Amino acid sequence: MKTQEAIYQYCLRIADSNLILAQRLAEWCSRGPILEEDLAMTNISLDLFGQAETLYEYAATIKGDNATADSLAFLRVEREYFNRLITEQPNGDFAVTMVREVLFSAYQNHLYQALCKSNDEMFRGFAEKALKEVKYHLRHSSEWVIRLGGGTEESKVRSQAALNELWRFTVDMFEMDEVDEELISMGIAPDMKEINKSWMKTVTEVFTEAELHIPDLNNVIKGSNKGIHTEHLGHILSEMQYLQRAFPGATW
Amino acid sequence: MTDEQKLVHFQERIDAGEKIEPKDWMPEAYRKTLLRQISQHAHSEVIGMQPEGNWVLRAPSLRAKKILLAKIQDEGGHGLYLYSAAETFGIDRSEMIEQLQTGKAKYSSVFNYPTLNWADIGAIGWLVDGAAIVNQTMLAKCSFGPYARAMVRICKEEGFHQRQGYEIMAKMMAGTNEQKAMAQDAMNRWWWPSLMMFGPHDSSSAHTSESMKWKIKVESNDSLRQRFVNRTVEQAHHIGLTVPDLNLTYNKETRNWNFGDINWDEFWTVVNGNGPCNHQRIAHHIKYHREGEWVREAAVAFGKKQQKQNSLN
Amino acid sequence: MTEKSNQFPQWEVFIQAKNGGPYEHAGSVHATDKNMALQNARDIYTRRNEGRSLWVVQTDNIFSTTREEEAEFFDPAEDKIYRTPNFYKMPAGTTNL
Repeated sequence: MKTQEAIYQYCLRIADSNLILAQRLAEWCSRGPILEEDLAMTNISLDLFGQAETLYEYAATIKGDNATADSLAFLRVEREYFNRLITEQPNGDFAVTMVREVLFSAYQNHLYQALCKSNDEMFRGFAEKALKEVKYHLRHSSEWVIRLGGGTEESKVRSQAALNELWRFTVDMFEMDEVDEELISMGIAPDMKEINKSWMKTVTEVFTEAELHIPDLNNVIKGSNKGIHTEHLGHILSEMQYLQRAFPGATW
Repeated sequence: MTDEQKLVHFQERIDAGEKIEPKDWMPEAYRKTLLRQISQHAHSEVIGMQPEGNWVLRAPSLRAKKILLAKIQDEGGHGLYLYSAAETFGIDRSEMIEQLQTGKAKYSSVFNYPTLNWADIGAIGWLVDGAAIVNQTMLAKCSFGPYARAMVRICKEEGFHQRQGYEIMAKMMAGTNEQKAMAQDAMNRWWWPSLMMFGPHDSSSAHTSESMKWKIKVESNDSLRQRFVNRTVEQAHHIGLTVPDLNLTYNKETRNWNFGDINWDEFWTVVNGNGPCNHQRIAHHIKYHREGEWVREAAVAFGKKQQKQNSLN
Repeated sequence: MTEKSNQFPQWEVFIQAKNGGPYEHAGSVHATDKNMALQNARDIYTRRNEGRSLWVVQTDNIFSTTREEEAEFFDPAEDKIYRTPNFYKMPAGTTNL
């Protein structure tokens, strides 16, 4: 696999994850448990849309052919998205959203730290800026999970249920294929096995403090690197792409 | 001092342009009017998140998504500033929310109309926020300190809201025929409700004269409405939108755009709870407020545990 | 606050706009613990890059003068103009003072 092609694919993986999670978080708009939390979740969503846009722009320059950040974001079909499966999972209750945020922002935190040392200048620049954002996301969600774990009996039960539900999607985040191999060999992207280790350490700390236990891994769902998704993604896309699809060629 | 003397002194302070602060003496009616008005304003910001939120997931570009989210976020933030201002009277937010949910407190009726196409997001920014800004610029000069200060902050932040709305309309008017039709459709549906935002005519407004005396308002409904119309009509024409008012004419002498009669029956129908979305908006608010109950309880419980721990250390 | 109301405790927010500058009062937030207070303050008051540093303090811990006390607290300072440099007449031609 050529390096440029691998970089393109890698951009999509990260950008799609950000886009889809941003879209999910935006669903909380006017639905938060307190108004302050509406603002907090939309802030995270805004950061993620911004991160997605940066990487789509990079991907678009590699792709050429008049591709733009928007055409990549809005005009592909389900199997051409490579977001991590955890990002497309429904928001569920607030516990599900916050546990998902801990799992995913801890992952981004370690991934971006590694990308700060990438041989690719674009990735480096992206990661340095985005790292600050995801560190805050991790802080925000960790504090909430600790609050919920240590709050009431109900919040504890809900948080544990959320973790049990989402844990099956965590393996997918660290899957590697020929894209990773190429980029690892060029010193552009990290070995996900290493990221997995530091991620595990971080999330274990958070869940221990929240008095939640990490469940057994007896059901693993993966496939994002190949564009194999859960049934949820199609619905997210049909809503997100509605105007672009209904009025082809219009500019907004 | 007797209450009468206090009232005289209070009016002197108002007339001298002083700001009244929460702990100062004030007539009961002043307190009541402001509390009603500020909480209504706060609720309007919060309920206003719904019609716009309706399009957040369908916004047609990354840029549009970011702008709309940031805007809705501002509305939430403004709701919070205003709840804080109302709380200075000693009422708390949960009481205000209860009043909203039971229908005791109102919010701006304009949010009881549905957002049916993407241009509605443009129309809300341009017309609804445009009308709100005219009103809020006036309120920044009102006599109650916490409200005036919240308004200063809000006006500063809302600077971009109206522009982004107009930008959406302008882009669509420069686009395909379908886009133009959507923009005009939104204009037709939002124009009159925006004019109604300024409230009844001065002659039939229940609160106007006392509010003016106490500088809760410093300009009348009709004069604010006229200012809005004058500004907006030209903007509409500039991008090729038709104002849906056959009686609209320019008066060279007064330099005002004269406009047709407002349908006050419709206004009162919506104010009294029977607009297209009144039921939906409140039902939504109640649903998600209830769903968040366990989260709030958990946070309170956790906070208490932490406090206990801190006091043991 | 009644038991039923479930209102979160109130905190006052102070923002330092730039390093070395004063912390100025921005407004208040509600939160059940200090971390939440800081984060809410950040999301409510610094979305437009208004701050580099934040303080939050529980409103209950703030004590203030009242309007009735205004005169006795502050009026006595009105006639002490010898506390300002312009009160003093310098001989003509004095420099650097």
